[in-house]
Amino acid sequence: MDGVWIPLALTLKVALWATAINLVLGVAVAFGLARWRSPAREVVDSVLTLPLVLPPTVLGYYLLVLLGRRGVFGAWLDRLGIELVFTWQGAVIASTLVAFPLVQKAARAAFEAVDPQLEDAARVLGLREVAVFFRVSLPLAARGITAGALLAFARALGEFGATLMIAGNLPGRTQTLSVAIYAAVQAGDDRTAGLMVAVVSVTCVVALLLAGWLAPGRVRRVRP
Amino acid sequence: MSVDVAIRKDLRADDRHFRLDVAFASEHRRIVLFGPSGAGKSLTLRAMAGLLSPDAGHVRVDGRTLFDRDAGVDLRASERGVAYVFQDYALFPHLTVAQNIGFGLHRGWFNPRRGTHDARVRHWIDTFELAGVAGSYPSRISGGQRQRVALARALIAEPRLVLLDEPFAALDPALRGRMRAELLALQARLDIQLLVITHDPADVDALDGHTIELRDGRVA
Repeated sequence: MDGVWIPLALTLKVALWATAINLVLGVAVAFGLARWRSPAREVVDSVLTLPLVLPPTVLGYYLLVLLGRRGVFGAWLDRLGIELVFTWQGAVIASTLVAFPLVQKAARAAFEAVDPQLEDAARVLGLREVAVFFRVSLPLAARGITAGALLAFARALGEFGATLMIAGNLPGRTQTLSVAIYAAVQAGDDRTAGLMVAVVSVTCVVALLLAGWLAPGRVRRVRP
Repeated sequence: MSVDVAIRKDLRADDRHFRLDVAFASEHRRIVLFGPSGAGKSLTLRAMAGLLSPDAGHVRVDGRTLFDRDAGVDLRASERGVAYVFQDYALFPHLTVAQNIGFGLHRGWFNPRRGTHDARVRHWIDTFELAGVAGSYPSRISGGQRQRVALARALIAEPRLVLLDEPFAALDPALRGRMRAELLALQARLDIQLLVITHDPADVDALDGHTIELRDGRVA
């Protein structure tokens, strides 16, 4: 059973970290894009959507080029004693990158749906911009952001290509479920593979159901 | 109490151009900005509240300069101490009636929990007979109650000047008369100046204040 639980625990750790990072990063970028009035906005948005369409192996290759020991940032991180290649933290970065657009797009749509008059109302009631964000914009966008985060979590759970490129396939250290499934099938261990496939499938279906239930438009009711 | 406004703002959207060039001063307790939609009434109100930055001019309330382009003064909306009642009330849908009313009392980053009632909140809930709906969300209360919540939320900070954007337009005609009387009765008890914008001649008659007519972005 360890063959399932160890990769499962690692996968959950990686997916949770990636989702948490995206909640901060994706929401911040989305809020900026939703408020930024510039023609460059859609260009930036397109670039940020690239992880959704590029093959994960291509993303993984970019990460290696950037973060590898001889990479642009990698050499600098190496001097600080930080190593990302072939570590679970590297897997977090891969999952974060791949799932980023899912949070960013959902959050941007949610922020754009917030009535600007409500934010104005908070301003004339004496609130500074940071307080307006935390007390009006963010709570009103929370449903959409949560739906995006659930999708991102599901996506991170299944991350394979970019993870394999940067974190590799080290059992117990960087071998996540989807990589372990591949390894189990290669080794002819159908029982373990089947069990892991079931775990991933069920988790993803639950995340998608929750995301669908939270998605804006489905349930317009604001807490009873 | 006095209001002294002289503002100019050029607005462009696509190929359309609108120039707001409004100046008026009044010491009347009730000022009514009257005119058709598109005359620049709401823009004037937004400029006074600090939600729109004019290209030139000044805004003074009770001798305090809120905006003066030449002197480089442009206070944030949050620093102006001017109350604003929005046309469709702009109540926060994620907060209860009591939380909406008390919203401006705390300037911190997070909304106080439901059920933390300030004495001032309780006072306004009683004044407007909202006790029965204090824990309800705005989507669950009537139009008249919504307006009372919006008024209470604006008045709780004890402003000297209250700006009201078409305060009766969202109400059905029967309720409109009652809410006009309620607003006048309220003003009789409080030391506040009202600046009401409306397109409805019936409001002008009922409010019986210093009426300033706006047309195409200027005082007619």
